[in-house]
Amino acid sequence: MCGIVGLHLREPSLHPRLGELLTGMLCQVTERGPDSAGVAVYGDPRWSPPGHASVSLLPGTTAPDQVATALRGAVPDVTVVDAGQTLVVHAPVDVDTLVTAVRAALPDVLVIGSGEDVAVLKGVGHPQLLAAEFGLAQAQGFQGVAHTRMATESAVTPAHCHPFSVGADQCLVHNGSFANHATIRRELVAGGAVFDSDNDSEVGARFVAAQLAAGYDLEKSLKLLCERFDGFYTLLVSTRDSFAIVRDAIACKPAVVAETPEWVAMASEYRALAGLPGIENARIFEPEPEEVYAWQR
Amino acid sequence: MAALSDVLMAAPVRPEPTVVDLSVTDVRQLNAALHAPDVAETTPSWRVTHPDGRHSIAVGLDAEVTVEIDGHVGYYCAGMNKTASVTVHGNAGVGVAENMMSGTVRVRGNASQSAGATAHGGLLVVEGSAAARCGISMKGVDIVVGGDVGHMSAFMGQAGRLVVCGDAGDALGDSLYEARIYVAGSVKSLGADCVEKEMRPEHRAELADLLAAAGMAADPADFRRYGSARRLYNFSVDHASAY
Repeated sequence: MCGIVGLHLREPSLHPRLGELLTGMLCQVTERGPDSAGVAVYGDPRWSPPGHASVSLLPGTTAPDQVATALRGAVPDVTVVDAGQTLVVHAPVDVDTLVTAVRAALPDVLVIGSGEDVAVLKGVGHPQLLAAEFGLAQAQGFQGVAHTRMATESAVTPAHCHPFSVGADQCLVHNGSFANHATIRRELVAGGAVFDSDNDSEVGARFVAAQLAAGYDLEKSLKLLCERFDGFYTLLVSTRDSFAIVRDAIACKPAVVAETPEWVAMASEYRALAGLPGIENARIFEPEPEEVYAWQR
Repeated sequence: MAALSDVLMAAPVRPEPTVVDLSVTDVRQLNAALHAPDVAETTPSWRVTHPDGRHSIAVGLDAEVTVEIDGHVGYYCAGMNKTASVTVHGNAGVGVAENMMSGTVRVRGNASQSAGATAHGGLLVVEGSAAARCGISMKGVDIVVGGDVGHMSAFMGQAGRLVVCGDAGDALGDSLYEARIYVAGSVKSLGADCVEKEMRPEHRAELADLLAAAGMAADPADFRRYGSARRLYNFSVDHASAY
């Protein structure tokens, strides 16, 4: 099954409430994916302060203080934020420099997100408990997505959780299952992609990242995904300036969008949107199959 | 002159609805109360507030009760309905009135996918639009949609009538058995074995009755009729390409 929620805030006065609103939305889709969860938050000052690059990590067996010690030698002014099963590292350097330094200093940890604005937090457990572990309710920012997972095709580990963030400030969450992911994975690997998991959704994220890297915008990248991927999917894909939704031709995986002048929100089920401020006046609709819906910041 | 009290006594009884606020009452408690054996005699009128997209509201009703729901509902609202009259003053999630047997379900807003799925009888009215697979495997229900329906509506429909006052999406009536489909607007494409059929006087008459029952102002003269070509009933190798 899996549950998706996303919130793109247009009204800056709502930015301090992003985490609180996203937590409420996440809790409403818990039953769709109670085994594990993940979130991506854009613009939180704890995790992604202005002028800093941010890298999200799954430390595995490496203790948080070991991570901090290893990075202090490698990156000036680095800060390590403990967010439960995930660690977020930020420093006043560019994104590539920080990612390269993290990978060099800590070859055993898994980088699950990087960028100027995004922090990605993942974990195994009940989504409501994970939201507390992440400190999600206190998060601020301009955009957030969350995913509750009911695993069907690969293991239940933090690394298999969504969102898959495989390019700077990119993020993809998926409800469904791709049928031809192994074929596309081989093609992407042949093109130089390196995968972190055997999850089918990661193939979608790597495909979108490859299209964006080739110069296509997010809308075109998702149209290309529709042409290439077979299977069931409702996808919510975000970058630091875009928030986009697409569903497969059969469109059996649910999606509801609500839009007001203050925000755009998407969820697997309407109940996740019911608590948003101004929902009573929102334009509510279901995305049509194979049509890309995209909003820009 | 009759005393005022006599006039009031003679007036038809309109019981005050029993109000259930789902922000404080569990859906299971609501449904259990609606399933009470004597519900039609003791509390025939209900109003449900703050549904907030909750699932399975007013499912399995089997009594002559009226349920008005103020707001949007989640999945399977009024599923398996029998004799009851359920109105959603908002949008409905997946599978509204699925497997309905009789009674009336009205959605004042839009309905998500699989509205009226497998329903055997009764009347489902969606005043707005219905998404994909409206009336999938319908088995005798009448469905009247004020707006559009999504792709694969009436897929494998076996009996009943689907009326669409707006447009129909792709593959309308795919693998249809005997359900009848009336569409006022455009049909993006017809599914396998679904064909347009002649609109005879008896069809206009039944359509007028359905529109009147649904309270829709549409003109029966604007509709076209679609039904099964019956080529898929028995396998013939000559028809293999139609599958």
